[in-house]
Amino acid sequence: MSDMNTAMIEKYRNSFLSEVEANVEEGEWVKMCMQCGVCAGSCPLGNAWEHTPQKIFMMIRAGKRDEVLTSDSMWMCTSCYNCIVRCPRELPITHIMHGLAHYAKRLGIAPKEQPTAKFAQLFWDNLMKKGRVNELKLGVDLYFKVGEGMKTAMKNKDIGLAMWKAKRLNPMEFFGGHSIKDVSGLHKIIAKAQELEEARIAKHGG
Amino acid sequence: MTEVVATNETILVVGGGISGMTAALEAAETGKKVVLVEKLPYLGGRVSQLYKYFPKLCHPTCGLEINQRRAKMNPNLTILTMAEVTNIEGEAGAYTATVKLSPRHVNDNCTACGECAKVVETEFDDEYNYGMSKRKGAYLPHVMAHPMQYVIDPRIVGTDEGQKAKDACKYNAVDLDMQETEIKFPAGAVIWATGWQPYDAAKIQPYGYDRYDNVITNVEFERMADPKGPTGGKIVRPSDGKEAKNVAFIQCAGSRDRNHLYHCSRICCMASLKQTHYVVDAYEDAKVTIYYIDIRAIDRFEDFYATVQAMDNVTFTKSKVANIKADKDGNPVCYGVDTEGYHRYENAHDLVVLATGMEPSVAKGDFPVDIVINREGFIEADAANGGVFAAGSASDALDVNRAVQHATGAALKAIQVVNRVAGAEA
Repeated sequence: MSDMNTAMIEKYRNSFLSEVEANVEEGEWVKMCMQCGVCAGSCPLGNAWEHTPQKIFMMIRAGKRDEVLTSDSMWMCTSCYNCIVRCPRELPITHIMHGLAHYAKRLGIAPKEQPTAKFAQLFWDNLMKKGRVNELKLGVDLYFKVGEGMKTAMKNKDIGLAMWKAKRLNPMEFFGGHSIKDVSGLHKIIAKAQELEEARIAKHGG
Repeated sequence: MTEVVATNETILVVGGGISGMTAALEAAETGKKVVLVEKLPYLGGRVSQLYKYFPKLCHPTCGLEINQRRAKMNPNLTILTMAEVTNIEGEAGAYTATVKLSPRHVNDNCTACGECAKVVETEFDDEYNYGMSKRKGAYLPHVMAHPMQYVIDPRIVGTDEGQKAKDACKYNAVDLDMQETEIKFPAGAVIWATGWQPYDAAKIQPYGYDRYDNVITNVEFERMADPKGPTGGKIVRPSDGKEAKNVAFIQCAGSRDRNHLYHCSRICCMASLKQTHYVVDAYEDAKVTIYYIDIRAIDRFEDFYATVQAMDNVTFTKSKVANIKADKDGNPVCYGVDTEGYHRYENAHDLVVLATGMEPSVAKGDFPVDIVINREGFIEADAANGGVFAAGSASDALDVNRAVQHATGAALKAIQVVNRVAGAEA
C-alpha cells in the first residue's frame, strides 16, 4: 500500500467509534443504529436536546468527539425508557446516553454548569455519607447549588410544611440524620467497585 | 360427499392464492394429478383483493382470469374450496392428507344468478373488504370469484333467512343440510402455499390504528381505491367520508422492527409508491407524504421510485414516525424527527396509511406437518422437509412476481418426487 493510501486511511479512520465501544457502557451498540429517528420522536424531553440520540449516534460514527462529549444533550435523559421500548433494533439507548455522560465526566470534559450533572453529584455525595439519601439535606443543597437559594426554598415552603405535618419530612434529619447499620461496610463495597472500574478503564487505556 | 381420486403420484397444493394456483397449474399442465386445497370459498387469495399491481399499474384480475381459465380447462386439477388441511402423515412419496371440508351450503347447480342474495337481509362484515363494508348472508365473495358460486353464511343456516335463500333458488342449489366432512387421501408430494397476512397494525401501539378512524392499513387502502371496493373507488376518510387529499404513508409499520416483525417485508415500499399514484390520480390538489427509513424499490423498480420522486406534490421524509395523535378535527398528526437535518416535525394529514408488513398466515406452532420454520415464521428450504415444499410467501416475504417464480420452482421439486414414485426418475 502506498504512503498516500495509508495516510488517507488514517485520515478517515474513525477512532472515536472504537473509543466509545471500548469505554462507554453499551457503546458497542452505537454501530447498530439505522437512523430511523423513533428515539428522538419518542423522547418526552426531546425539545430540550441539542442533539437527539440518533444524531449523537451519527456524530459518534462521524468522529465528532469533542462535540459529543462536551454536549449537554445526554445529560437531558430522564430514564423514561420510551426510546428503548420503541427502538426497532433494541438499542439500549437510555444506557448509552448515561454511559456517554459518565465517560465525559470521567474525562473531565462534561459541561460544568449542567444541572443534571450537578444533581447527580449532590445525590451521590449525600448518599455516601450515611448510606441513605437524606432528602431534607438533598433538597436544601439543591436549592442553594442548583436553584436560587432562599428564593427557591421559600417558594417550596408550603410543600415542606405539608410534608412535615404528614410526617413525610423530619426537620431533625438536618442534624446528622439516620444512617444504615454498616456505613463503613458500604464504603468498602464502593471502594472495591471503584478499584474494579479503574482496572477496566486502565485495560482500555481510556 | 366430495370424492377425491388421488394416489402417491398426486401432488397436494395447500393454499389457492397466486402461488398455490401457479404451482398447481404448472404441475397439472405437465400431466401430474394435482389436488388444490383452499380455505376460503374462492381462489386468488390476497392478489384478488388488490386494485392494481406494481410496476405496470395493471389490474390483477387480468392475470387471475388467465389462471382461472387454465384451471377450468385442466382435467388433472381438483380444486377443493372451503377446505383446510388438518393433518399430513407419512414421508416423501407416501403422504396421507386429512382435509376438513366446511359446508358451502350451495352445490354445483349454482348459476350465480344472485336470487338468494336478493331475498336475504341479514348482513355481516365483508371479509373480502377487510370489514370495511357489509355483505349479505348469501353472497358471492367477489365479482371474479372462482368457483363462480354463491356461499350461504353458516350463521343464517337454521334461521328464516336461510330458508328464504333456499326458497328463492330456482336451481335447487341451496342445500341447508350440508355438513362439515373430513376426507383422507394420499399424495406423493406437498406444496405448501399458505401465503401471508397483514401484520396486525393494532400491535404498533404508538400509531393508534385501534384508536383513530383515519389511520388505516395499506391493504385497506387498496380496497378503498378499487371501484368495486367499499367506497366505490373514492379515497375518503373513514371518520367522516370527506375526501382524503393529504395522505401520509408510514413505511416499515411493523417490519424491520424487533418488537414486531424481524424481517423487511419487501413489498411495502413499492406498495406505497403504487398507492401514491392512486392518490395523485384521484385528486389534482393531492398532497402525499411518505415517511421512510430507506426506500427499498428493489431490482428494476428503481424507475418506478424515480417517477414518484419527481412528482411535485409528493414529499419523502426520511424518518420513522414516532407516534400519531388525532387533533380535534380527527386529523391524524404525525410526530417525529427527520434524519436529514434532525428537524422535529408535527404534520397533520387527512388520512394516514400504515404500510404494514407481511407475516406468514400460518403461525409457527400451527403447521399440521413436520417442517423447518425460521425465526420469522417462514418455511426454510431444508432437506428435513422431505417431500414438502414451500411456494411463494409461505417461504419469505415476496411480491407477486417473485412468488410466482418461486411457486414454479416448487412445482418442479414436487414433480421430481412424484416422478421418483412412478419410477420415471432415479
